[in-house]
Amino acid sequence: MSNDNLVEIEDVVFGYGARPVLKGINLTARRGQVIAIMGSSGCGKTTLLRLIGGQVRARQGTVRVAGASVGELDAAGLYRLRRKMGMLFQFGALFTDISVFDNVAFQLREHTDLPEDTIRDLVLMKLHAVGLRGAAQLMPAELSGGMARRVALARAIALDPMLVMYDEPFAGLDPISLGVTGNLIRRLTDTLGLTSLVVTHDVQESLKIVDYVYFVSEGVIVAEGTAAEIRASGLPYVHQFVHGEADGPVPFHYPAPSYADDLRLGGVRA
Amino acid sequence: MLKQTIENLGHSTLQSVWRIGFAARFFVVMLLHSGTAFRRFGLTIREMYFTGVLSLVIILVSGLFVGMVLGLQGYETLQTYGSEEALGILVALSLVRELGPVVAALLFASRAGSAITAEIGLMKATEQLSAMEMMAVDPIARVVAPRFWAGVISMPLLAALFSAMGIFGGYLVGVQLIGVDEGAFWSQMKSAVDFDQDILNGVIKSVVFGVAITTIALFEGYDAPPTAEGVSGATTRTVVTSSLAVLALDFVLTAFMFRGLN
Repeated sequence: MSNDNLVEIEDVVFGYGARPVLKGINLTARRGQVIAIMGSSGCGKTTLLRLIGGQVRARQGTVRVAGASVGELDAAGLYRLRRKMGMLFQFGALFTDISVFDNVAFQLREHTDLPEDTIRDLVLMKLHAVGLRGAAQLMPAELSGGMARRVALARAIALDPMLVMYDEPFAGLDPISLGVTGNLIRRLTDTLGLTSLVVTHDVQESLKIVDYVYFVSEGVIVAEGTAAEIRASGLPYVHQFVHGEADGPVPFHYPAPSYADDLRLGGVRA
Repeated sequence: MLKQTIENLGHSTLQSVWRIGFAARFFVVMLLHSGTAFRRFGLTIREMYFTGVLSLVIILVSGLFVGMVLGLQGYETLQTYGSEEALGILVALSLVRELGPVVAALLFASRAGSAITAEIGLMKATEQLSAMEMMAVDPIARVVAPRFWAGVISMPLLAALFSAMGIFGGYLVGVQLIGVDEGAFWSQMKSAVDFDQDILNGVIKSVVFGVAITTIALFEGYDAPPTAEGVSGATTRTVVTSSLAVLALDFVLTAFMFRGLN
């Protein structure tokens, strides 16, 4: 494994029960990069993040993070590795019974013996980085969707992780919050020296900020490249996805019998 | 048709056995991960506030009314035999042995058990438990175990308060309203209620009920499908299952504790 690569996924096969989800995925994330993983809903993008975080284990193949094979780690090793990771869930997953401040302070209090004064300063610095220092005393229920996502981002970077994973960070955001979130991901990656893995289907917003893109379809990587390469790609699947066309390799219609048969146009009505 | 029925029966039996197995494993894992609940006892105390203190109103008010009804009904029956002075014994033994632990447990299952299931289920549905795992914090140790021990500690205290309020209710109706002799009421109660046979057995019952209710509530929440329907179904199952478990356990415990007494 190259020292430059923080995440390496090799020939990973995974499924839920009898349903295969990933059928031999290969993916690499270099340190300091923002990597996007794109694909239609249900194609296994979030499952990839769960594999990297060790919440599920691959049936075949290896997932390596910072040189450690995630699937072979015991519980203690996995928890040690997770301290170096941050994850932004789709709707923030903030703890709803504690304030914004306490959400961001959560990991610091759980994993360090820092005095409360230092924790306060660190939390305010992280909240300042996402522009929400003034919202420290609010409860999660008082935040808008975009604000909740930013607080969750502050929480994800609380322990200065080496890898931050974002699960659909742009879903359901207004255009302003969309731009703010995209810029934050890029800026935090650059200033904190992180590696960011962004699972998304928001093509336009993510192509503005990413270094490299992987397209997942039917459990395999069907295309990859830089943002410019993806925009110029002639592959039908990528073209359909980037231009948001309703029909193409991903059909508009769910598999069904013939329309004429369903409407009984050729037979006698009962 | 018959084949289908047998298949369905087999399927639901297998599912039930699987769930019991999962629940047993969940219980063992919860016990093994209980260190945090004691090392950071503040977490457990916080949950005792939610499960215990916030259940006080319903427990105390119910206890008072149950005691008052016992006073009325008991007097009606006892006066037939001219032994109204034994009202204190009847009220106290009924409450300490049976009604205190059982009714308090049923109320606890409805108020605190359902709240625990809904909270854990919603934490799961909104990915808060997954977020905790990804932050290298074990949700069983941090979220589940403190709630379990809070329930186990709260339950006997609530049952004791229920019984105390019930006895006070019986006293209000029997002595203050109907006019049973106050000295006889208290002295007969004092001489008839045995610490080991009655009070301690009542405490053991309420601890067992506390273990059963909180385990069922936590498991149902943790195992709930992460949807609105899933959480609502789990909450209903908590109340139904834990109420039935309390009544069944009460019979078993009573059979062992009071068999052949006197």
